[in-house]
Amino acid sequence: MVNETTQSAAGRAWTETDVVYVDQPELTMSERLYLPQVFGGMKTTLRHMFKMRLRKEKVVQYPEQKRQLRKEIYRGVHRLNRDDQGRVACVACFMCETACPAHCIHIEGVESPWPDREKYPIKFDIDELRCIYCGMCEEACPVDAIELTPEYHLVGSSRDEMIFDKEKLLMVYDRTKDEKPRKNPMITGY
Amino acid sequence: MDFIKDTLADQFWFSIILSLAIFGGIMTAVAYCILLERKVSAWIQDRYGPNRVGPKGLLQPLADGVKLLFKEDIVPGHIEKTLFILAPFISFVVALIGFAVIPWGGAFRWPWMAEDAAPLYCQVATIDIGLLYILAVASLGVYGVVLGGWASNNKYAFYGGIRAAAQMLSYEIPLAMMVLVGILTTRSLRLEEMVTAQLGVDSAAPMAALFGLNGFAWTLFYHPLAAVILFITALAEANRAPFDLAECEQELIGGFHTEYSGMKWALFFLGEYAHMITSSAFMIAIFFGGYCVPGWTWLNTSDSVLAMLLRGGVFSFKILLFIMAYMVVRWTLPRFRFDQLMQLAWKSLVPIGGALVLLQVWILYKDLPQWVSIVGNVTILAVVALIGVVVQKPITGRQRSLIKKERIVRMREALVQRG
Repeated sequence: MVNETTQSAAGRAWTETDVVYVDQPELTMSERLYLPQVFGGMKTTLRHMFKMRLRKEKVVQYPEQKRQLRKEIYRGVHRLNRDDQGRVACVACFMCETACPAHCIHIEGVESPWPDREKYPIKFDIDELRCIYCGMCEEACPVDAIELTPEYHLVGSSRDEMIFDKEKLLMVYDRTKDEKPRKNPMITGY
Repeated sequence: MDFIKDTLADQFWFSIILSLAIFGGIMTAVAYCILLERKVSAWIQDRYGPNRVGPKGLLQPLADGVKLLFKEDIVPGHIEKTLFILAPFISFVVALIGFAVIPWGGAFRWPWMAEDAAPLYCQVATIDIGLLYILAVASLGVYGVVLGGWASNNKYAFYGGIRAAAQMLSYEIPLAMMVLVGILTTRSLRLEEMVTAQLGVDSAAPMAALFGLNGFAWTLFYHPLAAVILFITALAEANRAPFDLAECEQELIGGFHTEYSGMKWALFFLGEYAHMITSSAFMIAIFFGGYCVPGWTWLNTSDSVLAMLLRGGVFSFKILLFIMAYMVVRWTLPRFRFDQLMQLAWKSLVPIGGALVLLQVWILYKDLPQWVSIVGNVTILAVVALIGVVVQKPITGRQRSLIKKERIVRMREALVQRG
């Protein structure tokens, strides 16, 4: 029955050479008796149990020790960047709010008092609990005003506390600008 | 003063004091078993385990207990209330009363007792049917699980309960067979006499001691296969991995204890760990020489109080080793599928167990020396291996899901779909 050539539904003929025979490996004597394999498994687990070295190297005792992060690419808490005059760099273009898949950014833009831009945000709220830390806001921003920082110890005692407003986001910038400098600010000039 | 001495020298009052002491000891031991379980699992997975509460995490059981006591005790609306509340207590109490016949320290006399006075037994109850009592009580343990599963009125809990019932019924049989082998080998139903039979220096003793060492005539050496099977069935009876189909978090959420929370849930767990301790204690008493230390005649036979306490220590140490073995097995083996579980019991453990019982009966009937059973055990193992070669099927483990023809058809379909 394997020899006959059949027309497949997709219209392609197949021959016996197309068939791959996959057999489960034969069970050996020790596998059939099961118990030797049990002892084999226990040898492995016991080896790990008495190996202190791996534990010492790999385990991070969190509050005392911190993880080593790759700071340039780690996606933690957001920040709003300041330009070289200390103003908020955001131009309230709503690109990040549009790009955000979790709908966690809320911006209110008004006429800018400065001559170099049309608008600026008077309100800029990010719900850190809704955010999925995908980094799409960062990608969407035309002036590199919003960025994700390597800060990951994010705690709060209520939901309201976890909605970060403009001031708080600017504070995150002040806190993390030494650790992760603002991305190419020279191109945009803001 | 004399009153206290007399009271302590009376077996009845001594048993009551001892049972209280054992109850306290076991409760502490069970709490620390849970910590040990978490520690062992952590070590095996290259972690540290709980190490924040107290030095090295040693106060963790206390924190756990306080947490569970203050947790909300949810009683869902859709349950059989009486049975729901009763079930955890049954499984807990039943696991605890098994300790009554465990021979912790053998016979001893207080220093103020006469040399020829009848010795006290460091055991709550020295009864003629000690082993039958343990078997009966251990089988009652399943009621807690089954009732919990039934009363929860929840399909996952129900499945858990049903599975537990089927599993207990199947594994009770090889367990009873192995216990029977132990009884026939040591020729007693009293646990304390089974232990003394394993001293093995007495010429009247059924088993001769290995290398002539006092206390080295463990049933284990005469029936190694039976000891292994007993351990397997004890795992199954205690609902431990790889036989924890009754709870199995991955398939049944929590099985029989899905609907339980707070202290009721904790009672189920205390019961499980208490059951582990009981089952290892009675395995040690039957097969692993009880409190005997090979070659230490004074410890094994002396009737002084110090020797009794040391014997209790030895017994507890052996229990600790068994608990560790239980835990390492749990974190090593994946769970059986239900059909594999049944196959293991009915197609391999029961026939092998029957053969072992027949072997021991034959030895007794023909009045052969006990070492014949070693030869018999090896022969049975060889026959089992031979049957495995001839049948070409695993006793348990992997199975062919598809016959060859079907496989080819499947391959065709796959190719067609790929185009």
